[in-house]
Parts: sequence; C-alpha cells; structure tokens
Amino acid sequence: MCDTHTPNTIIISKPSEQQTHSHHEHHDHHHSHPHDHSHTDNEGRVIDLGKDIMQFNDVGAARNRGYFDAKEIVVLNLVSSPGSGKTSILEKTLTDLKEEINFYVIEGDQQTMNDADRIDSLGIPVVQINTGALCHLESDMVYEAVKNLNPAPKSILMVENVGNLVCPSKFNLGEDYRVVIISTTEGDDKPIKYPDMFEGSDVCIINKIDLLPYLNFDVEKAKDYARKVNPKLIFFEVSAITGEGMRNWYEWLKELRV
Amino acid sequence: MHELSIAMGIVELAEKEAIKGGGNVIESIELEIGKLSGVEIEALDFAWPVAVKNTMLANAKRIIINPSGKAKCADCGLIYDIENLYDSCPQCNSYLKDIFQGKELRIKAITIDNK
Repeated sequence: MCDTHTPNTIIISKPSEQQTHSHHEHHDHHHSHPHDHSHTDNEGRVIDLGKDIMQFNDVGAARNRGYFDAKEIVVLNLVSSPGSGKTSILEKTLTDLKEEINFYVIEGDQQTMNDADRIDSLGIPVVQINTGALCHLESDMVYEAVKNLNPAPKSILMVENVGNLVCPSKFNLGEDYRVVIISTTEGDDKPIKYPDMFEGSDVCIINKIDLLPYLNFDVEKAKDYARKVNPKLIFFEVSAITGEGMRNWYEWLKELRV
Repeated sequence: MHELSIAMGIVELAEKEAIKGGGNVIESIELEIGKLSGVEIEALDFAWPVAVKNTMLANAKRIIINPSGKAKCADCGLIYDIENLYDSCPQCNSYLKDIFQGKELRIKAITIDNK
C-alpha cells in the first residue's frame, strides 16, 4: 500500500528555490454542504449517473492537453519500476540532444530533489514534484508544475513519473506519448505481470542491454510478451550508460518535432 | 495503491451530483468496476473508510458490479471472453482486439436523501 493517509501534501519546487516550497493541498475537499433544505420531496431519490470515476483526473488531463496543443509542446510521460534507469536515459538524452531540442522536465518522486538536481546540473529547466505518500502523478500536479515551469512553444516536455509499474497507469496527465521503460535486470515477463501499464503505453524502451551477456533476460521474449498486451508498441533497445541503441530513440524524438 | 485516489475521486463526484440533486446524504452508491479496470476491489475496500469519513457517503451502502472482460477480435471479428489483457482470439490467435466490457470505472447511481 503506497498511500494510507490523507489529505496528502504535494510539494512542487525548482532546484534553485528549495526553501520556498509551494504547498498545494491535494484532494482538499470542501464539505460545506447545504444542510438547510426544508423540502422533503426527494427523500431516498435514486439518481442515475453512469459517470466515469476517473473524471477527477481526466478533466485536468484534458485541460493540460489543450495547453500543450496550443503551445505545440510535445509531452512524454516516462513510467517504469524504480531502478530501471528512467533518470539515466533522460540525462543521456538531454545531454546528447539539448543543442537540437528545447527540453523541459518535470520530475516526480515521493521524496527528495535528487532527480531534479541531476537534470538541473545539465542546464535544463526542471521542476520537482514530491508526491509524499502518493504513488503516482495526477493531472492537477502536472498543471501546477507546468505553471511553474512555463515551457516555451515547440519544446519537448519530459515528465518522469514516480517509479511504479502499477498506479501511474490509471492517470492520464495530458501527454502525447507514454513511454514505459524496463531493464534487462528485471524479469522478461514484466509486460504480462503488469499488463495495464504496457497496454496504455506507446513506446517501450528496454534499457541496460550492455548487461545482456551476464543475464538471463531474453529481449525477444520480453517484446513478444509486450506485443501480446499491446501489438502497437514501438520498441527501442538501449544502454543509457554506453549509449548503445540510443540513436534510434533520438531519431524518433527528433521526428516528433517536425 | 491508487485505489485511495480513486475512492476520493468517487466521493468528490458523488457529492457533487448529490448536491446538484438537492440531497445532503448519500444513502447508497452503485459502482461499476470492471475486472480489467486495474482497480482491485480489496484495495478499494481498504481505502473506502478513509475516503468517506466525514463525507456525505460516510454511512452509504455500497453496491459493486464487477463486469467480466469481453473483446471483439480486430482481425476476424469474433467476440470472446478475456481474463487478461494479453489474451488472444481463440479463433485466429490475433492479439489485436477491442475490449468493450470489463474496463468500466463508473458510478452507476446514487440514492440521496435530505436529513
């Protein structure tokens, strides 16, 4: 269980302003309901709704989507288990492409500014969201972070979600593409163990391929499993450390900007 | 455990609709949570008391409908039952499919009252 108390305090901050956290009460419900009704004609009345429960997040995602479209910003939502190398892939990508592409980054973690500091040291504008007890980013947090970040038109915004292969799958942030990352140090059956995440993703990056000689990870098997869940997935096999395979990923990113 | 967020989303939406309908108490709520929705009923049960505390749903009776998965094969058109997102068509083996049942995450209805 990732979150067991509420309301949760979400902290959004830039590396340069660590002392001035902007607190934002998440899900701060207002329970000031009218209790002065005198009419009694609707006692025990059934209201048929048929309304989507996820609209608390999806409405915000649509708002984000509109903002990104208007400014022609391409948004990628990066998801994975903890430790698969999301931040390393991001660092390598930003380092190699920052002269060609205008990048912005939102980092999501339960705690610490560590990832934002890593991105900040590359000279890329970054905002950290600390979700506290929460195990995923939601669209309203991204909205707040984007207001803080103010990305330029025609840029690419990378949103690194909280490391978790389950919960973020339910929460659309308004992104154009969801990129799921797995690494060769994990089981090659991850795609069918956590099918929801792979089903809703557009791209699958298999990281740490430099370690393949020492592991039992079967790349083709992993891809087959992933295709069973989502036949439309685009794959990239990379090593963020050696740079192997990164070129194909870069080509794909550059085409997003055309 | 995204179920707490989802439980709170249910509370938010149900309260909004109850107020719109002129009620101040929700006596019962009917939820539709598909077997392929990615929401675990047990985890939702765990989160529920926390989410509804001091809300209009505090004492609401909860009814959960749990539709099973159904898909239409995108290649041969067969309609078949699916238990997992990675199930293939039993007729032509294709993994391309349109899942039209089992992913529901809906509030079907609420019963409101004035107290």
